[in-house]
Amino acid sequence: MIPELGTFSLILALLCAILQGIFPLLGAHRTHYHWMNLARSAAWSQLVFVGLAYACLTASFLSHDFSVRYVALNSNTQLPVIYLISGVWAGHEGSLLLWALILAGWTGAVERCSSAIPQEMLARVIAVMGLVSTGFLLFIIMTSSPFARQFPIPLEGNDLNPLLQDPGLAIHPPILYLGYVGFSVPFAFGIAALLAGRLDGAWARWSRPWTLFAWTFLTIGIALGSWWAYNELGWGGWWFWDPVENASFMPWLVGTALVHSLAATEKRGVFKAWTVLLALFAFSLSLLGTFLVRSGVLTSVHAFANDPARGVFILIFLSIVVGLSLGLYAWRAPSVRSTLVTSPISRESFILINNILLMVTTATILLGTLYPLVMDALGLGKISVGAPYFNSVFVPLTVPLVLLLGTASVIRWKQDKLKRLLWILTPILLISFVIGVLWPVFYMPHYSSVAILGVTLGVWTFATAVVGVWSRTSGGNRWRRLRNTPSSFYGMTLAHIGVGVFAIGISLTSAFSVEKQVRMAPGDHQLIGGYDFRFDGVIDVRGANYVAQRGVITVFKDGLPVSRLEPEKRTYQIQQNPMTEAGIEAGLMRDLYVSLGEPLDDGRSWGLRLYLKPFIRWIWLGALLIAIGGLIAAFDRRYRLQSRNRSLSPSTATTPPVGI
Amino acid sequence: MIDRYLTFVSRVSISIVFVLATGAAVLANDDLSFSQAPYESRYYRLINELRCLVCQNQTLADSNAELARDLRLKTHQLIESGESDDSIIRFMVDRYGDFILYRPPLRIRTILLWIGPVLMLALGLVIFVRTTGRRTHSEPTLSTGEQQRLKTLLNTPQKDK
Repeated sequence: MIPELGTFSLILALLCAILQGIFPLLGAHRTHYHWMNLARSAAWSQLVFVGLAYACLTASFLSHDFSVRYVALNSNTQLPVIYLISGVWAGHEGSLLLWALILAGWTGAVERCSSAIPQEMLARVIAVMGLVSTGFLLFIIMTSSPFARQFPIPLEGNDLNPLLQDPGLAIHPPILYLGYVGFSVPFAFGIAALLAGRLDGAWARWSRPWTLFAWTFLTIGIALGSWWAYNELGWGGWWFWDPVENASFMPWLVGTALVHSLAATEKRGVFKAWTVLLALFAFSLSLLGTFLVRSGVLTSVHAFANDPARGVFILIFLSIVVGLSLGLYAWRAPSVRSTLVTSPISRESFILINNILLMVTTATILLGTLYPLVMDALGLGKISVGAPYFNSVFVPLTVPLVLLLGTASVIRWKQDKLKRLLWILTPILLISFVIGVLWPVFYMPHYSSVAILGVTLGVWTFATAVVGVWSRTSGGNRWRRLRNTPSSFYGMTLAHIGVGVFAIGISLTSAFSVEKQVRMAPGDHQLIGGYDFRFDGVIDVRGANYVAQRGVITVFKDGLPVSRLEPEKRTYQIQQNPMTEAGIEAGLMRDLYVSLGEPLDDGRSWGLRLYLKPFIRWIWLGALLIAIGGLIAAFDRRYRLQSRNRSLSPSTATTPPVGI
Repeated sequence: MIDRYLTFVSRVSISIVFVLATGAAVLANDDLSFSQAPYESRYYRLINELRCLVCQNQTLADSNAELARDLRLKTHQLIESGESDDSIIRFMVDRYGDFILYRPPLRIRTILLWIGPVLMLALGLVIFVRTTGRRTHSEPTLSTGEQQRLKTLLNTPQKDK
């Protein structure tokens, strides 16, 4: 009964989405107010119905309704409640429903928080989001319904993939989707602006907080995925350039370019057409990522197992969205007049360089990810493009980016002098280099140019950030100036510092990580980088839905015990696949990491992998700082000042909008 | 004397490893020893560049599959017998094709993969120069009809809307 209710809800939601997509768009074109007002009710109704459908699916999971095929595939009676809830998005159908729910949620949020936006514009924005919702709901209902029943009804379900039975991974998809789907908002704003023929600074100001929120969520989502992989996969890796990882990274890169471009368009009226194009690209890449992951064309541990028929649907949908949006762009963009950039040394031209580098990086990752697929499709043979390729192209592109980042806080809009910049920045660069050379040389076991480069770049970002804040608040009452600085500046500063922290983490970890694969009998010692690992044997333990062999390793430093690591080999009752859980001691300056291998023939010894990983936490710390920076920037007061004018601009305005 | 002893010990250990590997025991961790210091880093570098052919996108280093283990041991054996990195890679490619390499080799088919980023950077440079090179801020010029309209608008008193 409940699954059928869910299906009916989805159909009703689809009807609402169709109404939401068509009428407000026509209404804005013909200035028909009743049709434009339909946007609000259609959007909220759609949210209610999608929410109801999602609740029905969750209820089926919680009540162990194994007559629903999706529930039986992704849960069983012994699963803890939290994984029943997160199991809803574990597979293709349920995760698509989550996508639709989050899209409806973002639409509601846009409707709620947009009292300052002229009704015509808002109607178009909500309509575009409604059209996207229509596509997804159609896809779900026609090809991927999570409510499909099966007969005969099994007594027990499958196990949820043990890899997914982890709190970090449980929360990773929703946050990632909040980011992916969130890019539909700047996309909708861009389409609406193109349709209306208004691409002015106001459009940029409206889009900016939404873009920042979506981008922040995507940052956190990607960082969570990386942190989870490190904790769960058992060999200490944290980024594999896996096609699915790339699919989430590319929208992030374009989103970063978009955030910077929006700032320039808002402030100076430059790059109007480029900014819209970036907004279109960001969401198109989100959709492309969805296609890649679900179509079955990718070989990856992340990919959903699917039939190609679904892939065809998404491909058609993707082509329609990208084709129509680019067509609209080609039609409308040439008539847009932007302010010209007159000086190659100015904040806007440096933002242009920044965006060019980001776009080339995105295009390169796209090239590397799709190349094997295209070659295989054309019958030119099978090749692999993996981490060695991506690392060798990524690093030369991003090092100049980080250097450029340092100029961000001090360079002026419109026109700046090269001499002035060099005067301020060269001493900082030299100091950064000196620290970059001294720190690794004195504190690290051996020489590494990677480490020196990384620390130099990191210190460079800190120092320029501090100098930037200092010079901006100089002259007069510093405290008052600090308080009056818009939070978007502080957000930028924090995010740039985050990039520096990230760079330090990556370079020090890749230069100085130590891995040893050894056999140890209980009582054996292994010395790695000043830490003494003592193997204390293996005991049998039992968990909620698994049995495990747990190893105990005590770690000493300078004779004193610092840590007790407990790696496990778990066998889940239903799936019977052994899973390794690494034993990790996290620290700000280093991680100690142990992974249990196999028992050896003598009955006492085990194969173990021992790792010392310096500064690896800085990678995720850096990402967290970037995300917090984005959040701080999104809450800039200037975006919220708009709502004060609510009483002055009634929602049924009859005067045409004056150019801002 | 000592180095000969060490070489003997390492040869014995490798043999033990081989015996155990070919036996039924499932060794997920290969406890390999290296007769020379540079061999160890070469080994780790190579097994991170070669793909496990039966897995879903994993390197030889990360995989637990039987084939991956066999190939790791083979790599180790080839290094120990004095083969260079290039000849080891050629050995693998001869048997399994370019698919086993995670760093795509430079062939005519893959030239776009390696040249592509460079070309795109060049394009980016062109875009940058063209966008920022305009020194004169050109004002749009009005046609005679538009100038006339402008004069009329400026001279008539302001009306609402």
